[in-house]
This record gives sequence, structure tokens and C-alpha cells, in this order.
Amino acid sequence: MSHPDVVVVGAGIVGAACAEALSAAGLRVLVLDRGPLASGTTAAGEGNVLVSDKEPGPELALAQASRLHWPRLLDRLADEVGVDVEWEEKGGLVVAITPDAAEPLRRFAAGQRAAGVDACELTPAEALVLEPHLNPAVATAVHYLQDAQLNPVLAATTLLAVVRKRGGETIPGVMVSDVDGADRVTGVRTSQGRIPCHAVVNACGPWAGSFTAKARLNILPRRGLVLVTAPLPVVVRHKVYDADYVGAVAGDDADLRTSGVVESTRAGTVLIGSSRQRVGFTEQFEVPVLRALARKAVALFPVLASVPVMRAYGGFRPYAPDHLPVIGEDPRLPGLWHATGHEGAGIGLAAATGRLIAELLTGQRPHLDPTPFRGDRPGVPA
Amino acid sequence: MNVVVDGTPVPAEPGQTVAAALVAAGRTTWRETRGHGRPRGLFCGIGVCFDCLVVVNGVPDVRACQRLLADGDDVRTQRGAELPR
Repeated sequence: MSHPDVVVVGAGIVGAACAEALSAAGLRVLVLDRGPLASGTTAAGEGNVLVSDKEPGPELALAQASRLHWPRLLDRLADEVGVDVEWEEKGGLVVAITPDAAEPLRRFAAGQRAAGVDACELTPAEALVLEPHLNPAVATAVHYLQDAQLNPVLAATTLLAVVRKRGGETIPGVMVSDVDGADRVTGVRTSQGRIPCHAVVNACGPWAGSFTAKARLNILPRRGLVLVTAPLPVVVRHKVYDADYVGAVAGDDADLRTSGVVESTRAGTVLIGSSRQRVGFTEQFEVPVLRALARKAVALFPVLASVPVMRAYGGFRPYAPDHLPVIGEDPRLPGLWHATGHEGAGIGLAAATGRLIAELLTGQRPHLDPTPFRGDRPGVPA
Repeated sequence: MNVVVDGTPVPAEPGQTVAAALVAAGRTTWRETRGHGRPRGLFCGIGVCFDCLVVVNGVPDVRACQRLLADGDDVRTQRGAELPR
């Protein structure tokens, strides 16, 4: 593309959602990725669109806006390119296995209800009706009706297909080495030459921190591993996770945190997470982590003890020190926009993130307060 | 060795995998897919693809290419996804 209005770097779900929203606003968009489309963090996620794991605050507000926007966005995609991205309003079930964990879960859910989240407290018997294979020792459970799931790779590639249909371009296998411009962005330098543009969106996920030496960010990778079972008959109907998961997400320690998180995909496999570790971009598999995941999944669903695990894979979540995404223009280099730092929630938060980037970039009134996500808040610029 | 596949005795030797015995007996498929009941047999043959699944002694999702036969094994066709009993 000779003269794009905006270059989006990173063809994951966040870059794809930004590109879609920008092209819907009438801009000429070019999306570049150093690898194949949707092949990084997006391909390693379970496709969660959750409100259940967010405490009241700016991230919950973003999650709620995104949860509202996803179905509308998917309707638009279906109209324009006719692809089913396996959207499922399956709901989430957060489970306290031990009596000790019950009261904190109830308190957490009550706080969320006050912030507009549909969180229904269930008796153990009610929980077992929703999930017949659940551990009958369950102390209490909260049913989150708004939690949903989609296929993240299909969603990202479909968003990009819409961008192309509207005249935009998506080019995989192009490395962006830097951003040009002293006072403001004038273009990007790539492995295929210089591309002039006035705006560039840094949607490089866990690699966004070092996107340009002119405006580094404290975005770090947080490693996660997932076990995948053989395709099973319907065993797990909702997104089901242990109540200690929220604490593991919010934790700051670099050490390993694991929590039982279990859900099915449309293909019939059951995905078993979750682990969080700050080990840089280390790709090795640690057997003790896999063991911990399996043990915690079996604590939720005892039947999983005897099903085969088909494979395991890992990925990297983009992690900001205060656990909030970075969305907006970088005051150090006008024309440089960031959309990263969504940690493990990027699939869910992508719809509102793309919309917010398009609104801010085109000077429209944003649909929610972007201030908490500013890239120049304390601790984020590096 | 006494090995039965779908109720019929099949010749088997020590050290042979389930898949090897099935192929030697002239079978190329022994599983039906979940969605449309389509036939499946060996694909990768090295334990990666999980396409050659069979039920052995009541345990589903056993990879025929990896499982060594034991005397008295009762092997049967796997239809779609099954949970262990």
C-alpha cells in the first residue's frame, strides 16, 4: 500500500481489532506482522471474553464495554465476510472448593454486582446442575452469565479479512525495525523498505515494550502453559475456574502462580490452565508446572484424572506493572499509538480497545474514559 | 497371544503395537469421527496426531500406534468421543 493513513504493527487480536475499527472510521489501514497473522499470544489463548475475573475499576469498565461490543462487531463481520468465529455465550462458573475460599469469593462477587456484573451465587447443588462433573465437594460457586468465548485465531483473521475487504492491506512476514520522525511520526522502517504514514499503532503484545527506542514501555512477558485433552464428550460446559485465580492474576511476584482454569472448545478438547511466570521469553516446558495444572484441573473435575492429555503449549501475556492495558497516543512521540498490556485478557478486551483507539485517533468522543490506560502513567514509560 | 478386536480374534505377536496388528490383519480404519462418523486409522504413526484412537480394555482414546499389545487385550472401534468408564 503506497499511502496508508495508519500502519498497525502486530496482527494479533488487538492489532486486528484496532485495524477493523480504524477502517470502519474510513481510514486506509496497513497491518504488518513479523510472523504469520494471529500467530503469537492470540494463538496461545483460550478465547476468553470475561468479566468474572475483574474487580471493579477501569479494567472491568473496559471489559464490560468490550463484552457489549463483541456481539455487535461479530454481527458486522458476519455480514461483511460471513465467517463463524465460534462465539459462545457459555457463562463462567467460579468455584470455591474449600470452605475457606467461599467467603472471599462471595465478597468479590458482591462488589462486582454493585458494578453491574451478573454474578449469581449458587448452592453446591445448583452448581452441580450446571456442571454435572464438577467436584461434589464444592463449597460455593458464582455463575457469571456474561462470560463468553470465541475462537481467537478465527476472530483475528476474520477482523483482518474485513479490513482487506474495505481496501486495507495485511502483510505477514514483515519486520518493522523502527518508527521514523523526531517530533512526530513520519513513517515506519521495515524489512521491505520505508513506509510513510502519520500514525502507527504498536500492537506488538508482549514485544511492545521495545517496539521503538524512542518510546520504550515497561511491558513484560508473563508465561503461561496450557494442557489440551483429547476431544471429549461434553464434560465442561462453562468456563470453570478456581476462586484463587483472581489472586493469581493480580499477583506481582515473578514466581510461579498456578490456578485451576478449565474450559472446552468447540472441537471437543478441554483446555487446562493456568500458570503465570515471569521468565522472560523462555520457551521451555517445566514438568512441575504441567503437573500442577493437571492436579488443579482434577480437583475441579475429578473425571479428568483418567482422560489423556494430547499436547501442551505455552504463550506469553503482555504484562504492565499495574495490570492495566496501555491504550492511547504516546506524548513522547505524537503519532505513535499503543494498544498493548492486556495480559491474559486481550481477546476479551480487544473489541473496546480497537474502538477506543479509533475514537481517539480520529478525534471522536471516546465511549469510555481512556485516562486510566494512558501510556505516560507512572511506571509504564521505560 | 490372545487378542480380540471388535469381538474377533486377531493374530498378534509380542512387541507389536495395536496398529501393527490391525494393519497386518488387513484393517485400515478403526475409529469413527465425532462429527460425521467418518472412518479413521493410522495417520502419523508416531503418536502425535491422535487420529488412530481405539478403546483398549474399556479405556478410550488409546493411540493404536503407541500401545503395545498384551496377552488378553480386548480392542474395539472407538465411535466419536468417549469418556473412560
